[in-house]
Amino acid sequence: MRKIYYALKYVCIAALVISLVALLAVVAYVLINGLDKLSFHLVFGEYDPNMPTLLPALVGTLQLIGVAAIIAIPIGVASAIFLVEYTNNKGKFVKIVQVAAETLAGIPSIVYGLFGYLIFVVAFGWGYSIIGGGITLAIMILPTIVRSTQESLLSVQGGLREGAYALGTSKVRTIFRIVLPSAAGGIVTAIILAIGRVVSESAVLILTIGMVVNKVPETLMSPGTSLALDIYYFASHGYPNEAAATAVVLLVFVILLNLLAGWIGNMIKKSTYGDAK
Amino acid sequence: MRGVFLFSAIFSILALATITVFLFVSGVPFIAKTGFAKFLFGSDWSPLADEPSYGIFPMIVATLYVTALSVLIGVGIGLLTAIALYKFCPKKLVTPIRHMINLLAGIPSVIFGLFGMTVIVPFVRDYVSPTGVGYGIFSASLVLAIMILPTIVSVSLDSLNSVPNTYYEGALALGATKEQATFKIMLPSAKSGIFAGVVLAIGRAIGETMAVIMVIGGSPEMPESMFQSVRTMTANIAMGALELDDNTRTALIATGVVLFVFTLILNISFSLLKKDSSEKKEKRGAKK
Repeated sequence: MRKIYYALKYVCIAALVISLVALLAVVAYVLINGLDKLSFHLVFGEYDPNMPTLLPALVGTLQLIGVAAIIAIPIGVASAIFLVEYTNNKGKFVKIVQVAAETLAGIPSIVYGLFGYLIFVVAFGWGYSIIGGGITLAIMILPTIVRSTQESLLSVQGGLREGAYALGTSKVRTIFRIVLPSAAGGIVTAIILAIGRVVSESAVLILTIGMVVNKVPETLMSPGTSLALDIYYFASHGYPNEAAATAVVLLVFVILLNLLAGWIGNMIKKSTYGDAK
Repeated sequence: MRGVFLFSAIFSILALATITVFLFVSGVPFIAKTGFAKFLFGSDWSPLADEPSYGIFPMIVATLYVTALSVLIGVGIGLLTAIALYKFCPKKLVTPIRHMINLLAGIPSVIFGLFGMTVIVPFVRDYVSPTGVGYGIFSASLVLAIMILPTIVSVSLDSLNSVPNTYYEGALALGATKEQATFKIMLPSAKSGIFAGVVLAIGRAIGETMAVIMVIGGSPEMPESMFQSVRTMTANIAMGALELDDNTRTALIATGVVLFVFTLILNISFSLLKKDSSEKKEKRGAKK
């Protein structure tokens, strides 16, 4: 019997190697295959059917981030503030919000796409638009922001709040001047990770912003595309080189966002707790 | 100010209610018109024919196959990886590997799709497939398995780490080897957390669209082999969105309703499992 478990140990180590190889193969393949196809023209040039570029996608992606962030961050943070600071974090209401947020988090992105299509494209009559896609994405990332902000707020020591009250500070002022700054590290990290999701998402956008890859969107009401959507478009419409190069841009973008999230989180933690000592 | 915060908190509930109402109001009448059984169990999907027919049974079957296979591969390898990281890996390597796996969890699914399309599909076509077709359930499951690996590894590792170390020491004191203690004591104690991770992975596999449509082929046919162009429910929605005009899109929303119900069921079982595991944790704490 002992020998079986001893052998299992090596099976586990083999599995670890397989996992790492498989995941790193994806990253390495994308980088190696796409790097030499990357050019200045491809990223920033004018769009031409023979030489497609990413400019419309870059603009579209930034606009999507903007719309989603403007909606999701205030609502998400305020929602977490209510749950943590104004309730005892246990009551029935908190539970219902929690269940709603968890359910929202579990809905497949393509279903969000259908919802965005029904509401913004059909019911509001906006047609395919950047703003419709951005609002749909905002609802999609909302649960993540609420959740992480809630955790950061809960980790702020109760003594800080009580100290502020003891000095006669109002509740709202305490929240904005004492609690939020102390929780800033976690909140900023959560926001950056949520932006990473906006950048990565593509299924939602097929149904909401229309995958118009050849025109820089003029206003937020115009149809458009994003970097992730461009990869799908290029790969399935006979532009394999452009797809490979776009994948490099997107991958680097997402990895940088993730690293930034970790770095900012650490920085803010250090500056808050460093001074307190 | 309190009102503003309260409204924001209600926003999630409002959003969920709006999504549910909109989907059901537009999707359910369509299902009723087509016939509930005909829609769910019909095997012919030809919305563009003169006499359109809407049966999503092939997509349901394909979805179940892809989900089951990818979760089987992903959980198999992912769980073993987590165990290796937990006990059988040099301590110095654990943190960097964890950071790396967390980073890889953020890779956009469309990139996995591209990798599948340009590497896995040709490989399967040339070396694995008996029919000479690279697209299909097999390729899709491989791509999804790689995609859900990071999730399974981190959830499993977290639940293993939350088992009190005294269990391990107790087992060693009773004469178990390190391997026996890990597999027979620690692993069963982390069971409910690992199950919750599996349910999470199933949810991701069922709902994934982009990585799947790039490797599944896309023919709305009944899957008869793992190496045959088929469609999952998510692929049906995305591909239909590109093919159909506005009048026939209600069929996609109806597909979305079915998918939504599937994920709701999963969500409920997930929260039940989580509740169970946190109760166990509390009990453990009380015993101490």
